[in-house]
Amino acid sequence: MNTLKQNLPSIDAIFPYIGTVLLILGGSYFFPQILGFDYLAQQLQIAAFLGFLALGATLVILLGHIDLSVPWVLGGAAIVSTSLVGSGNPALATLAIPAALIFGGLVGIINGVGVAILRIPSMVWTLAVNSMLLGVAVLNTGGFNPKGEASGTMIWLATGNLAGLPVAFMVWVGATGIIALLLKKSAFGRYLSSIGYNEKATFLSGVSTPSVIFAAFAIAGLCSALGGVMLAGYANQAYQSMGDPFLLPTIAAVVIGGTSILGGRGSLIGTVGGVLFITLLTSILSVMQMSDAWRNIIFGLIIIIMLLLQTLRRKGS
Amino acid sequence: MRNLLRINQREVIAILVLAVLLTLYLATHPTGPNTYVITIWANQCLILGLAAIAQFFAVIVRGIDLSVGAVMALTNCVASYLVIGSGFDMTLGIVVVLGVGIACGLVNGALVVFGRIQPIVATLATASLFVGLALLLRPTPGGQIDYDLADAFTLDVFGLPTALIIAAMVIGLFWVPLRRTGLGLGLYAVGSSEHAAFQSGMPVPVIRLSSFALGGLFAGLAGLYFSFVTTTGDAGIGPNYTLNSIAAVVLGGVALRGGVGTLTGALAGAFILKTIGSLMFFSGLPPLAQPFIEGLILASAIAIGGAGVLRVKNRLEVFGK
Repeated sequence: MNTLKQNLPSIDAIFPYIGTVLLILGGSYFFPQILGFDYLAQQLQIAAFLGFLALGATLVILLGHIDLSVPWVLGGAAIVSTSLVGSGNPALATLAIPAALIFGGLVGIINGVGVAILRIPSMVWTLAVNSMLLGVAVLNTGGFNPKGEASGTMIWLATGNLAGLPVAFMVWVGATGIIALLLKKSAFGRYLSSIGYNEKATFLSGVSTPSVIFAAFAIAGLCSALGGVMLAGYANQAYQSMGDPFLLPTIAAVVIGGTSILGGRGSLIGTVGGVLFITLLTSILSVMQMSDAWRNIIFGLIIIIMLLLQTLRRKGS
Repeated sequence: MRNLLRINQREVIAILVLAVLLTLYLATHPTGPNTYVITIWANQCLILGLAAIAQFFAVIVRGIDLSVGAVMALTNCVASYLVIGSGFDMTLGIVVVLGVGIACGLVNGALVVFGRIQPIVATLATASLFVGLALLLRPTPGGQIDYDLADAFTLDVFGLPTALIIAAMVIGLFWVPLRRTGLGLGLYAVGSSEHAAFQSGMPVPVIRLSSFALGGLFAGLAGLYFSFVTTTGDAGIGPNYTLNSIAAVVLGGVALRGGVGTLTGALAGAFILKTIGSLMFFSGLPPLAQPFIEGLILASAIAIGGAGVLRVKNRLEVFGK
């Protein structure tokens, strides 16, 4: 009985799913096509892009840190992969995805060095790393949209269908599954949350806390890079500042999913729910053809309401 | 004197760095130092400076405000409707603009104090709300600010840029007296240890709310000053200022863990950050390399500030409180 209870997701993690169902039901009242399979499958495909980013962000936030370098790790990975494909050399083209992922991992390690060794607050350090990446990108592309194109594999990953479901969604589920296993079953997962709770105590228990921080930031960089590769496949190109609109929704998705921004407490299941909720909310607001202004206002209000519900529930219990 | 220097070590370093950068800037500027050049420089610096002060009031009580830029955008758009017409209209307009700023700060504060939402998340959500309201007012940039009034605030008085006079007044007439009040002390107490402050009988919720209201007021002032400089309303100015204000307070020696740093430091940090940008512009570096160098300087400045931990003998000390 106890193990059953432990394996059930917490109520915080269920909130965004309830919200998602309410959104679908409420939206379908005005737009019946929302209940259609095509629309929902398309939403799952779009959700996957945000999903990769939020997956990495969850690990970093569980540590009690934050990664603001997401936009240009995403943009950089997209530029690396599309320019390798665009070089016309088939050998380089096959390296496109691995090279982009290595790029993401390396930036993640740079983030980790600043946070774990130099002890710079992650919020400032990753911001500085982000602006350096922006600088490198501008220097390389001359401020124009980078030349290059996506490879067939990238396009298939981003837009393909397998057994009726979008490939992007399935890759996202697969990646989430692997990292969920890592969190549940490995020592790394336990250290991650315990650093989020109390880094000093974790260090005193003999855990090499810097290595855990390195690993978490490197995985986060990998996830952001994967998101960049997918997005480049979706748009069949890389473009300047393609990552900027993703930064805040990523954090919002993680937090709505019940992960504490202070670290230590949270779950990947919740993050997945948060991603679905935010994607659907954005999509329904644009289906309703609202002006940018109202979209922003409603987006902000709904996130505030979700957060207030979380704290109200915690106060009540 | 020596004590005074030691107590304000971080600010002294920041101001020295600023002096060196400013000298470099004036030396490399093609037209050389003259009032016009310094006035333009001071205006740009003061906008970010006011935004950094808004951020300072969030950071000092161990919070962070991601809505600084959004409040600036909203107040900028409000100002583009109201700060024009007769003298009375404009006075009323400015009061309304600053009132909007304070109201935004209080909304943030209420969500944090009564809603018990972490500041970073609460302001993330309200930023979206405020930008939405700004977009309602100005879907596209437009509107106008009274030119005479704008000139009065953005030119110079007897060769001294008005922006620098305003900065000096904020420090001398606002910050120094505030630091001596109960609220000034309370800000540091809550930022250092909320528990200890509460158990000493301090009204923690009131202090937090006032701190957010002051942050909103300064974000409103930043939006208003931005309006004076550009004389138009634009809802899209936010994102840059939010992130730069965080970088500015850190450069100015304000610790993100709360309770350490001063408003003067935050202001100096903002001036440093802007001066680096202006320095790039006239330095003769290839324009495309400038964003990278700017990022590199920001990163190394922060890394040098953090390098002290490498000398710490007892590993436990690096974890802080």
